[in-house]
Amino acid sequence: MQFIKPGINLNFVGKRKIAFMLSLAMILISIASLVLHKGPKYGIDFAGGTLIQVKFDGPVKLADIKSGLATINLGKSSVQGFGEHSEHEYLIRTDRSVMTEQGFSLEVQKTLASSTGHGVDIRRVEMVGPQVGKDLREKALFAMFYALLFIAIYISGRFELKWILSIVMAGALMGAVYLLSIFNVSVPYLIAAALMVTLFLFWFLELKYAMGAIVALIHDVTITVGIFSLFGKEFTLPIIAALLTIIGYSLNDTIIVFDRIRENLRKYHKNPLEIIINRSVNETLSRTILTSLTTLVVVLTLFVLGGGIIHDFAFALLVGIVVGTYSSVFVASPILLAWNTRGKK
Amino acid sequence: MGSLNNLSWRALAVFAVIIIAIIYVLPTIKPTWWPHKKINLGLDLQGGMHLVLEVDTDKALEGTLERISQEIRDFSRKAHVRYIALNRVEGNRISIKLQGQDNIDGFDKLLDKEFQGLRILSRSTDGDVLTLTLDLPEREADQIKKMATDQALETIRNRIDQFGVSEPDIRHQGEKRILVQLPGIKDTKRAKDLIGRTALLEFKLLDETHDLNAALKGDIPPGSEVLYGTKEDPATRRIIKTPYLVKKRTLLTGAHLTDAKVQIDSQYNEPYVSIDFDKKGGRDFGRITEANVKKRLAIVLDDKIYSAPVIQEKITGGKARITGNFTTEEARDLAIALRAGALPAPVLILEERTVGPSLGTDSIRKGLISMCVGGLLVVLFMIVYYRASGLIADFALILNVILIAGGLAAFQATLTLPGIAGIILTIGMAVDANVLIFERIREEMNIGKTPRAAVDAGYNRATLTILDANVTTLIAALVLFQFGTGPVKGFAVTLSLGVIASLFTALILTRMIFDYYLIKRKVKTLSI
Repeated sequence: MQFIKPGINLNFVGKRKIAFMLSLAMILISIASLVLHKGPKYGIDFAGGTLIQVKFDGPVKLADIKSGLATINLGKSSVQGFGEHSEHEYLIRTDRSVMTEQGFSLEVQKTLASSTGHGVDIRRVEMVGPQVGKDLREKALFAMFYALLFIAIYISGRFELKWILSIVMAGALMGAVYLLSIFNVSVPYLIAAALMVTLFLFWFLELKYAMGAIVALIHDVTITVGIFSLFGKEFTLPIIAALLTIIGYSLNDTIIVFDRIRENLRKYHKNPLEIIINRSVNETLSRTILTSLTTLVVVLTLFVLGGGIIHDFAFALLVGIVVGTYSSVFVASPILLAWNTRGKK
Repeated sequence: MGSLNNLSWRALAVFAVIIIAIIYVLPTIKPTWWPHKKINLGLDLQGGMHLVLEVDTDKALEGTLERISQEIRDFSRKAHVRYIALNRVEGNRISIKLQGQDNIDGFDKLLDKEFQGLRILSRSTDGDVLTLTLDLPEREADQIKKMATDQALETIRNRIDQFGVSEPDIRHQGEKRILVQLPGIKDTKRAKDLIGRTALLEFKLLDETHDLNAALKGDIPPGSEVLYGTKEDPATRRIIKTPYLVKKRTLLTGAHLTDAKVQIDSQYNEPYVSIDFDKKGGRDFGRITEANVKKRLAIVLDDKIYSAPVIQEKITGGKARITGNFTTEEARDLAIALRAGALPAPVLILEERTVGPSLGTDSIRKGLISMCVGGLLVVLFMIVYYRASGLIADFALILNVILIAGGLAAFQATLTLPGIAGIILTIGMAVDANVLIFERIREEMNIGKTPRAAVDAGYNRATLTILDANVTTLIAALVLFQFGTGPVKGFAVTLSLGVIASLFTALILTRMIFDYYLIKRKVKTLSI
């Protein structure tokens, strides 16, 4: 069986202007959403607070839960349904984080049982103090930062086998980061600065493949974060894990297309780059679609059957895989081309 | 390429890896088959409690300085040095005011002889009044703080061991934090109470010479303080708070305990905790009770008064009892805390994550269902799309999962819910390597190569790409492993194991199967 016939030749490169507009629009929407929501919405891992997952032994009204909670001092709290509707599960969140000490969950259990008239099972309690939330936020950002750092160093040497250049890259990046850390710059700016330095170095050292890969990667992560923010979903530790996985996955796709481009460049070096790139994308198209498909299938089963706790994690992966596949075809390769046409002028 | 001999060696190596993996997985399926350990399940899967505690190390330092001030007072009295004021100020400094040359000289001598470790922060004279400020040097202070954390960890470990939790995990996290993981614990409130209480037992005299009511209005005599005792009225279930005026000076602490156990009062049929002092503690207790007959001695635990009986006579034998309407469980936990000793400083719960066992079971079930359904879909898809070659890839896929499980067991890593998600994700991504190779083989066959040449070319050309493409995922996974906590770390583990396993199965195992059919069995056609 074959989805994609061997001689296929779709004109991907010709559509790059449309793709470019689409990507730009997505990125702008993502950034706009983040700005409108005043940054990413943090879950309790990062914001601190208390989360209680309760399960009732029968159907209950949301209003009854809320009225019950109003009788105990919870601070700013919210209740929402969780997982399958038939399981009668709810998540209760508050921004307070110090009260789990004195039999707090017992109190919640008693109050809810009397206000709803149903048996209550406290299934999960998570309390994160503000200090720990801040620490975890920093830790997550550092994880993103180091992942970007190592990957930037790896791909700078990897595509054109210029490992000496990658050592230069590593040195320059470390130097820049060290310089910034002297001035006590906060981690988000550190990441932004490291990205700028990376992009500048790739441009300066003429590492065009690395440039294409890193732009595709920034594209993927930005859009995933943007869609998350659009849907009002919360950022938690597992979501950071999903984002890092997406980084790995997006690069994986890009590397495979780029390898084929370099192989074809050697084989058909008389052809114009545009045709070679298009040919390479078409040749790897079958693989790109198949792998995305199998990965998408398993993540989709996880999304549908995995239960409430893993739901958002699967959602992030779904978005990331779709965007990552799109970007390796429509973003990474056209950048190579843009680089070359610019060079000729 | 690939001589026969070479092929057998590879086959041997591959079988060895598979068999080792299966040996490691076996105990998880049926523990009696093999005595090795099972795969660890994370707290999110088996239920339990995760706590991060912070030791208030500043309090430990303050406690030390309070003790030193007390010693200075005692030594001054013995040396007949009189001071105007001697107080602990700003938490960790001692301020002393002395008047007259005799007193100043005497105090200087005392300081040089007994308190060489103290640092003189400031020294100013105003007429014949000398004001001194002392503290501990930074290195000493840091040492005390570090010791406090270490000691708190040991104490908590002791308490948990006596409480009876199977396979608890208690470790340092950073400078003054302690991570406690208690798998399978059900009564989380009790466990938290036991771990979090300071359990500082003190014996103090009541201040019976001053007026309690005046003290409650704010006129607290120097050297005394107001502490409360709480009792629940069994009839009305109201909690009654009783104030007491006690002397600040601690006569004896629980440091000299040898044992604490629960006993039942025969008169009221109520549990109480009886404590035994060691030799020195017993002697001190005897001396204290002898010197204070007819006075009231308060038994203070974590600044709460449990009882304040009148001392009838000198108590020898080094025994005391703590009463206070305990339930049997409360008494038992108090006895555990006292036996394990007091925490050197109060601890604060910074983070708590509790997962009930029913949710854990649910998560395992849902995770396994997703894995089976997702896996099955991929397996079917590969057979439909690549036919016999798809079957080889599927075989590789199943081995992949076994290898991940074997790796988890061998490294004693922890499987969490995101970890299961990592395995599921690996199932989707692992076929990628085979897809890359198969697509390549198809291309090579399309340009007219024989199956054997096409397979050779397919593997040779795809290998480097596959290696590189997987390195990026591995980088992401390793960074996650370094920075992640708990469940996320579990994801990093399965993802890394999955990447390594899929490299092994795709590049070595499936290659070997193809070679076996094409070289040894001389199969001429390829179903791909």
